[in-house]
Amino acid sequence: MNAILKNIEAEQMRVDIPMVKAGDTVKVHLRIIEGEKERIQVFQGVVIRVHRGGVGSTFTVRKVSDGVGVERVFPFHSPYIERVDVVSEGKVRRSRLYYLRELKGKASRIKSKQIWE
Amino acid sequence: MAKTLGILGRKVGMTRIFGNDGSVVPVTVIDAGPCPIMQIKKTDKEGYNALQVAYGTIPDRKSNKPMLGHQAKAGKGSFRHQREFPLESVEGYEIGQELTVDIFKPGEKVKVTGQSRGKGFQGVMKRHNFRGKPASHGVEKVHRSPGSIGSNTEPSRVFKGKKMGGHMGDRRVTIMNVEVVDVRPEDNLILVKGQVPGAANGLVMIRKS
Repeated sequence: MNAILKNIEAEQMRVDIPMVKAGDTVKVHLRIIEGEKERIQVFQGVVIRVHRGGVGSTFTVRKVSDGVGVERVFPFHSPYIERVDVVSEGKVRRSRLYYLRELKGKASRIKSKQIWE
Repeated sequence: MAKTLGILGRKVGMTRIFGNDGSVVPVTVIDAGPCPIMQIKKTDKEGYNALQVAYGTIPDRKSNKPMLGHQAKAGKGSFRHQREFPLESVEGYEIGQELTVDIFKPGEKVKVTGQSRGKGFQGVMKRHNFRGKPASHGVEKVHRSPGSIGSNTEPSRVFKGKKMGGHMGDRRVTIMNVEVVDVRPEDNLILVKGQVPGAANGLVMIRKS
């Protein structure tokens, strides 16, 4: 990419967001502005897709809320993300976990990766 | 057409930036100016008021002798591109003065002119958004054809300006009401919202509207 564009993108990129991977369970803390007030909303779920593209990188988080599947796409570098906590790293064999959409309940669980201290 | 001041630049490319409200704004980055004023045209001499500005430094050996003489008046070296901006009044400008991106402010609406990308000879579907013909139901060999292009005995000719296939692109295109998102005088950059005509590295003209 052009060096000028790279600089413009680099100054907007955030280095504090962890490198999430498909299969990770994450908590996304979002800043929500309602009129004057600002509050934090947490969206917890499984990362089913990571889209790389410089400052336009996004990740998709899926959760099942009251039996309804909800997916949200978050830009990695958005200033509206307060922080992202990785709850657990998942053991998965592909990078796009779209098959989770067909599964529910016990079948849709993802094994967590063993982390050796 | 309103006679407004502008500068010349080079389209760098597109990226996106985050707005204050968390929105994502697509922007085109233009490397513009500084553009020295090469010549000031006045009503009493040339018949109209205009500023001729230049952009794109090149070595002097790439200019021919007539251009060298012309450029010597401004004393800023040689340039690849020269363009005129007609103005109501040219008071207060002098030859050699440099126009920079400072003349624009974020939030302002501007006009951006460029040479669009050439597409070559194109059919009516791509060039004029015709619908073409169905893929099946007995249609043979004419799936992308324009269909009828007029009546029969009366007028027994095809009207001028009938939309047909032909050369597409590579023409001067002006986009109006383009919002300036950011101006960076230290890097001579201007960021405008959305697309701008032409390929990367193409010459663009940014004018106040």
